Amino acid sequence: MAATSVRVAAPGARPKLPGPLELSIRAFRCWLVMYRRTWRASIWSSILGPLFYLGAMGYGLGSLVDKHGTASLGGVPYVVFVAPAVLAAHSMNSGLSNAMFPVFGGIHWNKIYIAARATMLRPVDIYRGHLLFATMRIAMNAACFVVFLGAFGLIKSWWGVFLLPASVLLGVAFAAPIAAWAVTLRTQTPMNYVIRFGSLPLMLFSGTFFPLSQLPAWIRPLAYATPLWHGVALCRALCLGNVTLGAAAIHVGYLVALTAVGLWAGSRTYYRRLYV
Amino acid sequence: MSSRPVRSTSGGSGFSALPGARGIRLIERHARFYRRMWLVVASGAVEPLFYLLSVGVGIGGLIGTVTGPGGHPVPYRAFVAPGLLAVSALNGALNDSTFNVYGRLKFEKLYESVLATPLGAQDVALSEIGWAVLRGLLYSVPFLIVMAAMGLIASPWALLALPAAALVSFATAAAGVALTTYMKSWQDFEYVMLVSVPLFLFSGTFYPLSVYPNVVGVIVEWTPLYQGVVILRDLVLGAPSWDLLWRAAYLAAIGVAGLAVAGRRIAKLLLV
Amino acid sequence: MPGILALVPEVLVRAQGLTKRFGSFTAVDGIDFELQAGEAFGFLGPNGAGKSSTMRMLGCVSPPTAGNLTILGGDPVRDGAAIRARLGVVPQEDTLDNELTVRENLLVYGRYFGLGRKLIAERTDQLLDFVQLTERADDMVDPLSGGMKRRLTIARSLINDPEILILDEPTTGLDPQARHVVWDRLFRLKQRGVTLILTTHYMDEAEQLCDRLVVMDHGKIAAEGTPRELIARYSTPEVLELRFAPDEQDAAAEKINDLSPERAEVTADRILIYEADGDKFLERVRAAGLTPLTELVRRSSLEDVFLRLTGRTLID
Repeated sequence: MAATSVRVAAPGARPKLPGPLELSIRAFRCWLVMYRRTWRASIWSSILGPLFYLGAMGYGLGSLVDKHGTASLGGVPYVVFVAPAVLAAHSMNSGLSNAMFPVFGGIHWNKIYIAARATMLRPVDIYRGHLLFATMRIAMNAACFVVFLGAFGLIKSWWGVFLLPASVLLGVAFAAPIAAWAVTLRTQTPMNYVIRFGSLPLMLFSGTFFPLSQLPAWIRPLAYATPLWHGVALCRALCLGNVTLGAAAIHVGYLVALTAVGLWAGSRTYYRRLYV
Repeated sequence: MSSRPVRSTSGGSGFSALPGARGIRLIERHARFYRRMWLVVASGAVEPLFYLLSVGVGIGGLIGTVTGPGGHPVPYRAFVAPGLLAVSALNGALNDSTFNVYGRLKFEKLYESVLATPLGAQDVALSEIGWAVLRGLLYSVPFLIVMAAMGLIASPWALLALPAAALVSFATAAAGVALTTYMKSWQDFEYVMLVSVPLFLFSGTFYPLSVYPNVVGVIVEWTPLYQGVVILRDLVLGAPSWDLLWRAAYLAAIGVAGLAVAGRRIAKLLLV
Repeated sequence: MPGILALVPEVLVRAQGLTKRFGSFTAVDGIDFELQAGEAFGFLGPNGAGKSSTMRMLGCVSPPTAGNLTILGGDPVRDGAAIRARLGVVPQEDTLDNELTVRENLLVYGRYFGLGRKLIAERTDQLLDFVQLTERADDMVDPLSGGMKRRLTIARSLINDPEILILDEPTTGLDPQARHVVWDRLFRLKQRGVTLILTTHYMDEAEQLCDRLVVMDHGKIAAEGTPRELIARYSTPEVLELRFAPDEQDAAAEKINDLSPERAEVTADRILIYEADGDKFLERVRAAGLTPLTELVRRSSLEDVFLRLTGRTLID
């Protein structure tokens, strides 16, 4: 048996870790590999779902609304009023569905997080890598829908080129803080409550299917405070072309702030949850 | 312990001798299990209420009135409410006849332990469907109460709305359990969403069929949820007709067929 | 004359030509056996022998493909529900309800038999005491250890006071201490007069618990009798186990054959010599100039019976 030489690290030299971006991308790649196996299952509900809503609400209900009069909508046909809101709601749902059950599952079901934390990846890298994947999914879903909107002639202005980044920002503004929260859960029941008492009422009452003027006055400030309303207002303005820079700045600023808070919280909750 | 020879009709009181009647014991078990998480179960009743407020009242303000089943105009929210009642009956039954049945079949092995007792495959099928119907009622009853409180009930015929809603739940539950016995993996459940979402949106819940071009309208007429919506709408808004009996028979037929298939499939999967 | 009739053992289960086929695969190939009241009857065999399929047919959850099967005087296909009402089943994999507590598992199961709540409550207390789980009565099932879950399954199977208890590999997967607790409980049940029918691939379990047993292999019954009868019939009183260095084994086997043992088997790692007196033969082996790495003289067991009958060991 030939003697093998053993290489001993020189004293004082430390192994070099890749930078945080590279680490996040490594975590992201894991989700990408999984997605290659499961993409077929999600593609139909990612694409068909919002299309169905657009068809039923936009065109079906729209025929009833247009008959009655669209003054309260700003004079546009109902489908043009509703379409950008469906885009916004779809992005919100993409953000939530990627930030809740997969994050919880990463700890309790398929245990991807547990496996990853044994490597050089730090909890914050796991968080950012997963968010990168969520962003990719949100962007894919939004892009499909924007294409449909364009094809159906529902984008009425050149501001519409900003629809994709706007809806991605909305989705991420939901995904970042929700993922930070979901990683702390011990059972899955709170997530069902978030859907039932959080995203569903948001989707129904944030000026999506009817203008906020229909809501009683005392409840309107509550709607203005919610993220989906800002997303809906932003997307609608971009779609219809009546963008005022002041309002747009408020909407974008709100969503960016929400994302930043989420990112800050996530690095902390992931650390506390994974390095126990 | 001496053994008595077994006679084919023995095996308990007269009640248990009824085919499928033993299934009530399995329903007891589900009730015991869900008692712990009653809030999760009960809060599901809230969803159709949200839709009623948002679509019925919120969008209703943009629509005004619609032609009702009697031929005269009704406020939009009175038109939408019975449709959402049918949807709540369907949704209540859906989870417990699809996802939960699959989980119990493949992972919890619940049916295996049950089938070692006097219960048979048909008992199991009946109990799963029965439980899903109970859950559908759990959603329909509060919705009906809210409808009454909002003044959306226009006729004493609405008393039949509860059994009609139970019929919708029965058809949903039976079809759900029967189809779930054919599923092979969790990915197959995408099909459940793929069917239930369009059903929810396009079955005349939110707008009359007259909105559709003729061809589409004919197709929708054959869907079970549409039949349920029509039955409930006609009852609640006071426009009953003998027609409704045919529609109810259609739902009942789906229920009975699903029940038979479910029993046979469970036997095929577990009593092999 | 009632006195004489009372001496005749009552037959609870009779199988003739019992067969079970799954498509082209025959799991149980025309077996015959009888189960007498009050005995502990065992099916011994390796995995895939057809034991579990036979248990499922006995439990009336699997229809026989061919042959006759009579359980408690009834036909399993026609009278299934009525027969199941008088059986207790301990399946191979735990089928406990993980989302209920220990007590609730017994309650719910008892309700499947249509028993009244008060009766179930009484029996629950007795049964939990019997399997020593009283302190865990209100705990959820999921966090219990494997041994505790098996004991709970046994308690559950007794809730309807069954006449026959069917156990499919009752101690597989348990640690030695848990196994002994289970054996002890089953032994007490036997003393109380419950008829047991069990499958196992552990020979010590079969020897400890069974009054009579059949050896099953590839769907057929290879032998039947009490453990002692089987050993006497198919093996010698003692076995001499010798191990040699791998390259020396063949040469050693030839030399041993020259000594004309009553019977010798060469397995992958040992040479087994079946003799009435193992020590005497060992002296002859040493006198012949052989130096084994290890030597062991032990009494015959059912494993040797199985090896003789099928040419294979019980545990692959």
